[in-house]
Amino acid sequence: MLRIFFIAVSIIASPLIAQEDVVVDLSQNRVDITTTFSGSNIFVFGAVKRDTPLPEGIGPLDVAIVVEGPLETITVRKKEKKLGIWVNSDAVEIQQAPSFFTIATTGVLEDMLNEGDLRDYAIGLDYAVRPQPMDNMVGEMESFAEAVMRIREDDGLYSQREGVINLTDDTLFEVAIALPANLVEGDYTARVYLIRDKNIVADTSVEITVRKAGLEVWLYDLSRENALIYGLLSLLVALVAGYGASELFRRLKR
Amino acid sequence: MLIYLPIAEVSVNIFVLLGLGGLVGMLSGIFGVGGGFLMTPILIMIGIPPAVAVATEANQIVASSFSGVLAHFKRKTVDIKMGLILMLGGLAGATLGVQIFKYLKSIGQVELLVTLSYVMFLGLVGSMMFVESLNAIRRSGKPGAKPKKKKHTWIHGLPFKTRFRTSGLYISVIPPILVGVAVGILAAIMGVGGGFIMVPAMIYMLGMPTKVVVGTSLFQIIFVTAYTTLSHAMQNFTVDAILALLLIIGGVIGAQIGTRIGVKLKAEQLRILLAAMVLLMCGKLALDLLLVPSELFSIGAGGE
Repeated sequence: MLRIFFIAVSIIASPLIAQEDVVVDLSQNRVDITTTFSGSNIFVFGAVKRDTPLPEGIGPLDVAIVVEGPLETITVRKKEKKLGIWVNSDAVEIQQAPSFFTIATTGVLEDMLNEGDLRDYAIGLDYAVRPQPMDNMVGEMESFAEAVMRIREDDGLYSQREGVINLTDDTLFEVAIALPANLVEGDYTARVYLIRDKNIVADTSVEITVRKAGLEVWLYDLSRENALIYGLLSLLVALVAGYGASELFRRLKR
Repeated sequence: MLIYLPIAEVSVNIFVLLGLGGLVGMLSGIFGVGGGFLMTPILIMIGIPPAVAVATEANQIVASSFSGVLAHFKRKTVDIKMGLILMLGGLAGATLGVQIFKYLKSIGQVELLVTLSYVMFLGLVGSMMFVESLNAIRRSGKPGAKPKKKKHTWIHGLPFKTRFRTSGLYISVIPPILVGVAVGILAAIMGVGGGFIMVPAMIYMLGMPTKVVVGTSLFQIIFVTAYTTLSHAMQNFTVDAILALLLIIGGVIGAQIGTRIGVKLKAEQLRILLAAMVLLMCGKLALDLLLVPSELFSIGAGGE
């Protein structure tokens, strides 16, 4: 009963709130990491739906697309000089760090959207890594989170590209998302936001499944589930290769 | 052409790995060493996680020592009894080494341990070899230089004596077991066969004849590195089969080429070259510890 009520309310309310909606499709929903995987390009295509014409004097439309990998818990370590040599000393655990994060936009993020939404929806690289606040080391946490962003940007895992999306006739847009070769498997999401007058007017998200495939998945699963057999197999390969090489070259010598 | 390594979870150029395997294999063929002490640090440098580099290198050494020991069996230059006793010590040492490795991995100090061990042992062995081969070159000028007589040392006073027929020795089993333990720990921690420690120990401590030393050392190394590979595979999940296979293919080909180059060079020149190489690698690793790193932070998996 309650549900019907809500649906009814949303139908009545929708023309007022959601004047615009967004439809998104991807060139592929699945990425297979095979032995020869060397990165992949995913195209995000989108269109803006409008039921009613836009009112006069409304601000320009902007689009932001965030593609995010699975969240992981990571340990960030800082080197310090002790007894004359550089060793790992302080370590901070960050609970929610995406393995991959990229954002593409039509314009400059800060000019597009209000700061509260940028932070709350994690739109932008500055909000990709969200360390749990710890009272005793607020300043320290900041430097650890920055280090994660810096290192992963260098590895091509994190990126922010402002102004790369072209919006045609305020309706159609597309952008290529480059997935690097050092990708981690898991469920990725592509979040798409329509922004007008510093506010989000519509949003949607699509899942991308990244999986090891073929030989890769077979070896990986074997190494975790049947470690003994995997180890013995590795040894067998080594022994056969060693024997094969010595036999081969013995024959070549003759 | 990039290839994705399933356990290391990085993409590496396949030709870089084959070439590396070939180059290190060639050096090991020339100098008669396993090459693990060169390969493991290089793998870490090209971005393979240290834990994977160490465990996978152990697997590669199984292949290269097996290939090598077959030749020695044909020439009957393997002291099997000595090898088995060294192996007993080696297995105990490797068990201990894998545990130490596991513990240090959990507190994030594996890198430090591996690097420190390398600097220490490469420095020690490198400078010893360097001094010795310099002396040998100087001596070779003078005719009539007598080889040292066998001395009666504390080793001959130990109990549990037994006869090693192939080596022509009658000594206690305690020193070989201790040598085995030390080498086993190194194998597990450093991802090396330990030949560069064992060969001098066998010659100078145990007094074994030089001709059986290399074969016996290879014989023992197969078992210890095979055991290390299995332990790492089962406890740390860090053996990358694809990485190992590529290194093995490059390595066995390189080793055969190297052996041929090796016979054309003089022994003293060879030793001094090897010493210089060992010292160079040691210096590079030492600088990494001493100089300010370009990136102070590093990212590891959570809960470790």
